Amino acid sequence: MTDQRSQADIVRRSLKKRYRKERRFRAYGVLAISIALGALVILFADIIGKGWTGFIKTTVTLEVVLDSQSMYLDDPTDADQRAMADFAAPIIAALQKQVPEAARSQDLRQLYRLVGTYGSNDISDLLRANPEMLNTTQTLTFLASDAVSVYVKHRDNPSYSVRLSEQQQQWVDQLMEKGVIKTAFNDVFFTSGDSREPSNAGILGALVGSLLTLVVTLAIAFPVGVAAAIYLEEFAPQNKITDFIEVNINNLAAVPSIIFGLLGLAVIINTFGMPRSVPVVGGLVLALMTLPTIIISSRAAIKSVPPSIREAAEGIGASKMQVVLHHVLPLAMPGMLTGSIIGMAQALGETAPLLLIGMVAFIVDVPDGFFSAATVLPVQIYLWASSAEQGFIELASAGIMILLTFLISMNALAIWLRKRLERRW
Amino acid sequence: MQTANLLPLVLVLAVVAYLLAYSRSRAVAEPIGGIRNLKSLPFYYAARASLWCAIPALLVLAAWAGFEAKVIQAIVISSLPSELAPDSAGRASLLLSQISNIASGRLSPEFAPDGVVAAAELLETLRAQSKTFMTILVLLIAVLGASFAWTRVAPHVNAREKVEKTLLRIFFVCAAIAILTTLGIVFSVIMETFRFFQHIPFWDFITGTSWSPQMALRADQVGAEGAFGVIPLFTGTLLISVIALLVAVPTGLLSAIYLSEYASKRVRSVAKPLLEMLAGVPTVVYGFFAALTVAPFIREVAEAVGLAASSQSALAAGLVMGIMIIPFISSLSDDVINAVPQTMRDGSLALGATQSETMKKVIFPAALPGIMGGILLAASRAIGETMIVVMAAGLAANLTLNPLDTVTTVTVQIVTLLVGDQEFDSPKTLSAFALGMLLFVVTLLLNVIALKIVRKYREQYD
Repeated sequence: MTDQRSQADIVRRSLKKRYRKERRFRAYGVLAISIALGALVILFADIIGKGWTGFIKTTVTLEVVLDSQSMYLDDPTDADQRAMADFAAPIIAALQKQVPEAARSQDLRQLYRLVGTYGSNDISDLLRANPEMLNTTQTLTFLASDAVSVYVKHRDNPSYSVRLSEQQQQWVDQLMEKGVIKTAFNDVFFTSGDSREPSNAGILGALVGSLLTLVVTLAIAFPVGVAAAIYLEEFAPQNKITDFIEVNINNLAAVPSIIFGLLGLAVIINTFGMPRSVPVVGGLVLALMTLPTIIISSRAAIKSVPPSIREAAEGIGASKMQVVLHHVLPLAMPGMLTGSIIGMAQALGETAPLLLIGMVAFIVDVPDGFFSAATVLPVQIYLWASSAEQGFIELASAGIMILLTFLISMNALAIWLRKRLERRW
Repeated sequence: MQTANLLPLVLVLAVVAYLLAYSRSRAVAEPIGGIRNLKSLPFYYAARASLWCAIPALLVLAAWAGFEAKVIQAIVISSLPSELAPDSAGRASLLLSQISNIASGRLSPEFAPDGVVAAAELLETLRAQSKTFMTILVLLIAVLGASFAWTRVAPHVNAREKVEKTLLRIFFVCAAIAILTTLGIVFSVIMETFRFFQHIPFWDFITGTSWSPQMALRADQVGAEGAFGVIPLFTGTLLISVIALLVAVPTGLLSAIYLSEYASKRVRSVAKPLLEMLAGVPTVVYGFFAALTVAPFIREVAEAVGLAASSQSALAAGLVMGIMIIPFISSLSDDVINAVPQTMRDGSLALGATQSETMKKVIFPAALPGIMGGILLAASRAIGETMIVVMAAGLAANLTLNPLDTVTTVTVQIVTLLVGDQEFDSPKTLSAFALGMLLFVVTLLLNVIALKIVRKYREQYD
């Protein structure tokens, strides 16, 4: 009796401590989840904070007198004359009209630096396309130079260094008040390829490159993956070869992606002599990489089709192949599509293997086919992020936002497909 | 015709063959009393025709496209006069690029020797001939195949059986691509690795403590040797992976425990997908985050407490990599914790243990092998991860365990050695493949062990 009571006492006395431990353990769990989710929030906030300015461009709008005398140009259709002409002169004159106190030639040179490097090219292109505009006055909008752009967008941010002289900063402030220098939505970012100048660089080239690469990946990985899954799930005899294939697939799913880059470089490029940097090779490498993902998810989808369907089809005299192609495959299709979309999302975000097969080249043109040199979104982000020019940082984060938008919508599509089409048996 | 245009053309031919064979099978069936008296449905005769049309033609096309460039190069090189004939592989590739640049008009032929100009012309004609010949051959095979199948449209032919057999073979080949990929990986890294070890002894590679893969342009240059000791790369990789696991294992494990044992259904349904989002973020994004946000932050903090930190630290890369692998650990541990039978949980609770005591003393020991498997998988992920370390860890091969120092990893070196132009006979380039081999072997071992543990564990409770 006394023994029992004393034991109960011991238990009761220790209870408080044990409950405290229990609460502490729970708190650890909450803490761990908060750390993980906090990291996610910080990551997104950091990228949005760094990148939203990438969607803004800085422009200079000027009344430009395109007179032939100051440009030394009579005939804009003549390429030789255009090559010799001074297209900067009208811009400088127009800027001087806005900033009358700049008179010395040194000032004018500084003033001209406010307009982006390609300002004179813009006038040249305009005149070549519209020769009748010679000797007229036009209101033209140029991109501001990168230094101006950084000053306008980031002057309060200590991690950016402003590379304008005091004088230039004053002028920019004046011009902004007058409405000559303005900020606007950065359409250049969505309509052009890469450039050495941050304000002229765009993501379109990389987007098209990613699209072409993904088309190749999907065209190879989806049929091959589904066919392999059908064979392994429905036809494969239980033998050593089948076992070996299965072990291989499971291991391939865990091979580091960069190894696939080595494979692409050594086999596809060096042995078969395919060109470097092209979407076809990139797509092939990514197809090999995503194949295990697609096979594994397709097998799961086939497995989930109940045997009663197969038996019913066999019962009315269908051959094994007919059972599979007419009944199992259509019913497993939603699951296979879901797996493939997830595989494609994985391929879209992949960078390392593409670095090795030369898709990191600096490419200005938007690729126009499966065999033209291209880069892809994540590689473009990598290139911009590792560039020394500070204007590229915001472009890299803006690119990340676009990449993440694509990935999130692909995953959402997969989840929607799964909810909508997948039948539970 | 271009390979890219030939492919759709063959497919169009296959469709035509399909339609023709379909109508022929109906025509054949008409006099004998309808399609019920055919051995197979018209669909199968038609499908057989398009298979016969497309498959041989596509195989020839693939083989041609695969070997065309190499064969033409070999012919062009052998056509060169003896005084120009290349004496090494590097010289050959240089000559070839010169020849092809002249052929495509990017290089003016004026400054090249006559032999090279002649070779460029030969290259042009060979290319043109090869294209024409390939087009004719492929189309001929497609038409021949289709017409053979056309003659085989007859009531007594069991086309279904033949089509199904062919399909089965195609399915098998698709499944075998996994083996081919593995073979391709092994073949590609082993060949180059073997060549690398002809230059650098295996033992020096494995035990060397200094890594500087520069190869001299001249033999008498200072530091002409280059050092290929892999130890600093491996300590760098291990340092970063250990940091990553130190972050990810406790966080992932505790999250998994909380989500599976404590969290309400609603919390679980929100928190789990959000956690999994961490796994879906591309590695280049983590690299960006590590290099431009975390690394400067760590540097500032370290300087504030009086420590010297380099701008690219192992700690930054490791921390961010840890965040990346949290979801691996948590979802794998979640699975194994849920696989522990409910009876064990109930038994422990019935004896009066609190939930945390049940977790720590009963479920965790039971789930430990599975969790270890998950950690090994995460470790192999961390070792093979590339972009985060390329962007945040740096290039200097320091042999150090100081997490605030710059280290480099196996994957970073592979990328730096192979990005850009390279010659394929220098030890510098080949060393990247030796590193790849090492990486492949290590991650494969980790995976095999991990999968074995996980499988054994599953069998225990099934």
